[in-house]
Amino acid sequence: MKPANDKWGFRAEGSEQINLDKADSSLYRRLLNREPGFAACLFCGSCRATCTSGNEGMNFRLAHLLLQRGETARLKSLTDPCLLCGKCTLVCPRNVNIRAVVYNLKIMLHEPF
Amino acid sequence: MNLSDHPFFVWPFVAGMAFLCIYLPAVYLKWLRKTSARDRKKISAAIFSVKTIRAIREIFSECLLHRRIFRFNPTLGYMHMSLAFGWFLLIVVGKTETMLYTRDGFNPPYLPVFFKYFYPDHIPANFKGLFFLTLMDLLLLFVLSGLTLAIFKRFKSKFLGMKKSTRHILPDRIALTFLWLIFPLRWLAESLTSGVYNAGGFFTLSSGRALASLLPAEQLLLPAWWAYSIALGGFFVALPFSRYMHIFTEAALILLKHWGVKTTQRANGYTDFEIHSCSRCGICANVCQLSADAGINHSQAVYFLRDLRYNRLQPETAENCLFCGRCSAACPVDIQVDDIRLQQRTNRANRCAPAIRRPAAQLPGTPETGGVLYFAGCMTHLTPSVKEAIRTILNRADVKFSILDEAGGICCGRPAMQAGFRQQAESIIQQTTEMILRSEASLLLVSCPICYKVFNEEYQLPIPVKHHSVFFKELAAAKPELFKNSRKRITYHDSCELGRGSGIYEEPRELLRRVAHLVPTAHEREDALCCGGSLANLAISPAQRDLITDTAYEQLIAPAPDYVVTSCPMCKKTFSKGKRDIPVVDIAEALQMALTPEEKPVRVKVGKKAEVLA
Ligand code: SF4
Ligand code: SF4
Ligand code: SF4
Ligand code: SF4
Repeated sequence: MKPANDKWGFRAEGSEQINLDKADSSLYRRLLNREPGFAACLFCGSCRATCTSGNEGMNFRLAHLLLQRGETARLKSLTDPCLLCGKCTLVCPRNVNIRAVVYNLKIMLHEPF
Repeated sequence: MNLSDHPFFVWPFVAGMAFLCIYLPAVYLKWLRKTSARDRKKISAAIFSVKTIRAIREIFSECLLHRRIFRFNPTLGYMHMSLAFGWFLLIVVGKTETMLYTRDGFNPPYLPVFFKYFYPDHIPANFKGLFFLTLMDLLLLFVLSGLTLAIFKRFKSKFLGMKKSTRHILPDRIALTFLWLIFPLRWLAESLTSGVYNAGGFFTLSSGRALASLLPAEQLLLPAWWAYSIALGGFFVALPFSRYMHIFTEAALILLKHWGVKTTQRANGYTDFEIHSCSRCGICANVCQLSADAGINHSQAVYFLRDLRYNRLQPETAENCLFCGRCSAACPVDIQVDDIRLQQRTNRANRCAPAIRRPAAQLPGTPETGGVLYFAGCMTHLTPSVKEAIRTILNRADVKFSILDEAGGICCGRPAMQAGFRQQAESIIQQTTEMILRSEASLLLVSCPICYKVFNEEYQLPIPVKHHSVFFKELAAAKPELFKNSRKRITYHDSCELGRGSGIYEEPRELLRRVAHLVPTAHEREDALCCGGSLANLAISPAQRDLITDTAYEQLIAPAPDYVVTSCPMCKKTFSKGKRDIPVVDIAEALQMALTPEEKPVRVKVGKKAEVLA
């Protein structure tokens, strides 16, 4: 069923605002511990722009944002398509070891804490 | 004292030897049963063939003479040879001497070992006896010289061409202590006996007389024989649990290898043979750039194999490796450690990455039948000048071609495979294979050695796969008029995947000699350095990578070339990072620069100016 306010031609969806103090950033911290350089990311999006698997939904920049926000539900679908080709790592202006972060993230999403 | 009244001292030796004779066949059988049925069939087909003879020849040259170690460093080779071959000869010659003396072929196994104890006053009556007596003394000296080097190496490894000696663990230290004691104790026991009975070879008799004049030789005699026997027995018991397990396992591995058994995707009994064949000689750690440049000292082949063997492997140890292949190339036992590492990575990571299905819309249309299909790959897409150079040369040479991944977005699957994501890689391989088959091309041209290797080894393509360095070498030979020699000084960097990985060393050099003046560097071919960019290392930090890159770059520019040539877009990209005075170009770019000017077709020129004026 269409939401009632659709008749206005736009929708007011619920706010995505979160309380960062309450966010569960444990996965993010584990990754940071493994790859400290990860913290230097400035969300420029170069990694996403060059990505070999961009068409299949790989999005490192977004995955990083969600990790920080503790929103882990979508992480798997955002990182599954990565083929570890390494292009992103070579173009990142902040020298983030993106490939290694994605590799470890893929493993951490499968191995329980 | 009648020595023969006290033969109980032989028991430690006999017990140790009995233990070995039961334990070793038992574990080897266990491992053999863990190999695949196919491997076992191979073994039974080859066991009574010429392959076995070839294997025995290799066992002789590698397990006893240690020829490959000689090649790495002659002094180190001598050290290993004197211990292995010297000991072997002591056994063989000792047995012969005893058989001749007692005229009994079936004397107990301890008799040759303690021969001098049982026949202390043996003074040879003829030349043959004297020959053996002297030979045995010479052999003992031979082994003792190697032992001296070994002890020296522990404290001053540089002397034997090693930057570092392997760090050893407790079972190794125990076995090592026994081993180091065996021959000095043998010398002591034999000398004391010679001193007391005034009979023996030139060496033991003279040292025995000296000892007897200083010490109560008669009282020390029996304890010395006891100590010698305990050292032998102790060594035999410690052997299977220490690195010395390699002594017998290496021989078994050589046999298996000659019979056609190979490392597989999953660890099996053959892997056990490989792991236990590592002597922890440390040669691999000495050629590894991780330790030389990046201060990483825990993940080299020697430590990886050790941790795996003792069930204490951390995933990070398996991940922290460039797969550069320098260690496997230098390993005197020829252990395919990259394959074993990959088994471990796959064990852990495979289930963490699902198979990929690409949207069908992304697949390109059908190119011309019978032409060349060019696959650029991710790394060539990152270095567009390489792709352009290849396109230009192909056009210039009138080669019919189409580009499989013009729009990018296709990966060959090798990086995923190296990370252990096997099922994901296989799904990629399958889909890319379908695309290649649909193209009906007659040849697949690849400009990235990483792709080249996986196309060659994992894709089962019905058409030949060629790396562009090889393809262009043939092209330049067929159409020499297209290229001129610029006489520029250049050096060539062998990439790991093309060189050690695929054995292509000469073709790029031949091509380069045609278009420039190629000068040698300090590390060539099998000994080439890794650029540091390798995708295979999942644990190294970017800063550590840079250290490796800088060293490799420095040795490439040491002969002061005009530019450096590589045949891998990944190496080019890696070397081009940061400030570089001497540029690094791909072999395709070097060739593009050497193209002769195109003859202009005669046609009436309408200049831009004329157009504007018209
Ligand atoms: S390219 Fe580097 S800095 Fe930019 S978004 Fe990606 S990780 Fe962050
Ligand atoms: S390594 Fe993964 S995230 Fe990076 S470019 Fe390749 S596919 Fe994209
Ligand atoms: S892997 Fe080879 S080179 Fe390395 S320690 Fe073992 S035997 Fe020596
Ligand atoms: S493959 Fe290269 S990086 Fe890995 S252990 Fe061997 S020498 Fe070192």
